[in-house]
Amino acid sequence: MATVDTNDQAPGTEPEEDGVRRRDFLNIAAVSVAGVGGAVVLLPLINQMSPSADVLALSSIDVDLSAIEAGQAIKTTWRKQPLFVRHLTADEIAEADAVSLSELRDPQTLAERTAEGHKEWLITLAVCTHLGCIPLGAAQGENRGEYGGYFCPCHGSHYDTAARIRKGPAPTNLVVPEYEFTSDTTVTIG
Amino acid sequence: MSFPWAEQYKPTNPFMRWMDDRLPLPRLVYNAVGKGYPVPRNLNYFWNFGVLAGLFLVIQIVTGIVLAMHYAANSSIAFASVEHIMRDVNSGWLMRYVHANGASFFFIVVYIHIFRGLYYGSYKPPREMVWLLGLVIFLLMMATAFMGYVLPWGQMSYWGAQVITGLFEAIPLVGTTIKEWLLGGFAPDNAALNRFFSLHYLLPFVIAGVIILHIWALHLPGSSNPTGVDVKGPQDTVPFHPYYTAKDGFGVGVILILFAIMVFFLPNYLGHADNYIEANPLSTPAHIVPEWYFWPFYAILRAFTVDFILPAKLWGVVAMFGSILLLFFLPWLDKSPVRSGKYRPQFKIWFWVLVVDVLILGWCGGAPAEEPYVMISQLASMYYFAHFLIILPIISRTERPRPMPNSITEAVLGTDESAAQPAAAS
Ligand code: HEM
Ligand code: FES
Repeated sequence: MATVDTNDQAPGTEPEEDGVRRRDFLNIAAVSVAGVGGAVVLLPLINQMSPSADVLALSSIDVDLSAIEAGQAIKTTWRKQPLFVRHLTADEIAEADAVSLSELRDPQTLAERTAEGHKEWLITLAVCTHLGCIPLGAAQGENRGEYGGYFCPCHGSHYDTAARIRKGPAPTNLVVPEYEFTSDTTVTIG
Repeated sequence: MSFPWAEQYKPTNPFMRWMDDRLPLPRLVYNAVGKGYPVPRNLNYFWNFGVLAGLFLVIQIVTGIVLAMHYAANSSIAFASVEHIMRDVNSGWLMRYVHANGASFFFIVVYIHIFRGLYYGSYKPPREMVWLLGLVIFLLMMATAFMGYVLPWGQMSYWGAQVITGLFEAIPLVGTTIKEWLLGGFAPDNAALNRFFSLHYLLPFVIAGVIILHIWALHLPGSSNPTGVDVKGPQDTVPFHPYYTAKDGFGVGVILILFAIMVFFLPNYLGHADNYIEANPLSTPAHIVPEWYFWPFYAILRAFTVDFILPAKLWGVVAMFGSILLLFFLPWLDKSPVRSGKYRPQFKIWFWVLVVDVLILGWCGGAPAEEPYVMISQLASMYYFAHFLIILPIISRTERPRPMPNSITEAVLGTDESAAQPAAAS
């Protein structure tokens, strides 16, 4: 209480030459160990929410293109996400090639967005890059938007015949997944 | 804490005395919502809405626990289990309709409660912490309601989840990783449904905890009142019980009548027919809209259509979250020492403009993403931000308040001493 004098200090509390007490060291060491331990425990608690092995395992699919006529498109799924496979007509290819890159929000040519030698096959995720709706325009009679490609009804994003964003809130073109032509009429996606 | 003239808790019953020495819970209740809590005598019906919000939290928890007894959080059977609740479970339809409409009523009363605070300046010193905790509750409510709406696994559930988690993709660099982490997949699926159910069950209890802090912070200074004038003495207050237990009880009766009308006669009026179609990841409904209580924010999200330094999508997300985060700074944006809008002639006009503005935003948020709605939402979003960031700071300096009563009692009974007689107090 009022009469504590320095000689009554608990062992280890008297300052060393450099002003650091043994207890300071012990406090810092103990709190650090607990802190690091706590952080390490957090890792699995956070990581458990990431996609699990079975979700990641749905890696690749084969698509048969033989039945898709020029001007038609199909919708299929890959990794639980919808996918567009579109057979472009010569007009649509010409239309896409006629656009100058400086007009584009996310500049890419049709050639960059298709496989070499298969410019007529436009394969993209059917997931609007705005907030993830499925754009319209694959099935017959659906609204293809002002640029003749796809139209996302959720917030009005218009994509052109190369599925590039032209108007509306979406920031980027429809995503082209990795794929490979295994023959002239089959493609392996993923 | 309470006013010095508060009634003291003095149990006469020997058991209650024994209890008071060991677990003074009855004392806590007495001092919080009983005779021991003096409250301004002039509160109007807008002061009912806090209690009503608490009522709806209780209704949601009770019906929610019942629903959880029959619901299955698995994407292959979730939709069917909700139909099972509707058709097979005894009184299941009632529990579900009460829960679904209870969420809407919860938001109705909370919105009125928030606008009450905005009009009467309840966010001003010394009640800033009450306001801030209230906003935390509001954010938690929105998260809870969003995840609850995903559970029936209908088309709106699924696409709502897709759109809302898609918001996180707007974050530069790490956005996609965060979205996949939140969903536990590339698109909403079983993993997402399960964690949403777990959190939907948890968050209401977190809300209950924050409500305790909210009321604790409130009970230090006590309630404000329609004049905004501080309590000066015992003549300005009446004990909570029986005065406000009775007034709140009346409000509870009125809201329950309205609630029963909705539940029994219009149970799906506020819902979307699309949510009675099972979730289909391959088909987006033509017109995705969230529940009505998110419409004003949804309109702000969609108001950004052109890139300006940052992508339009990021602006929309920032503005949407910003429109709520902004409210956390309100106590420091509106520096007028006068609390109540009643004595602030200019503030009062702008307040009503804000109310209309938020209603317009709500109307646009529910409409398709087409003109003229996009342009109207752009103008209305601009006003929303201008209201808080420009108009309020300016008028709080320039406006000349109207004369205020000297005390609550004077505001109620007038200055004339003889007016204090009950007969004359018309
Ligand atoms: C803050 C309070 C709460 C809010 C705002 C809320 C909101 C919602 C909403 C909007 C729905 C969708 C209704 C529909 O269209 O079917 C829902 C569903 C559900 N909620 Fe809640 N809820 C709350 C508390 C709780 C609690 C505490 C539980 C469980 C203990 C719970 C369990 C459920 C279940 C199992 C469903 C799915 C069944 C159904 O769709 O009706 N809720 N909730
Ligand atoms: S999700 Fe496609 S425009 Fe918003």
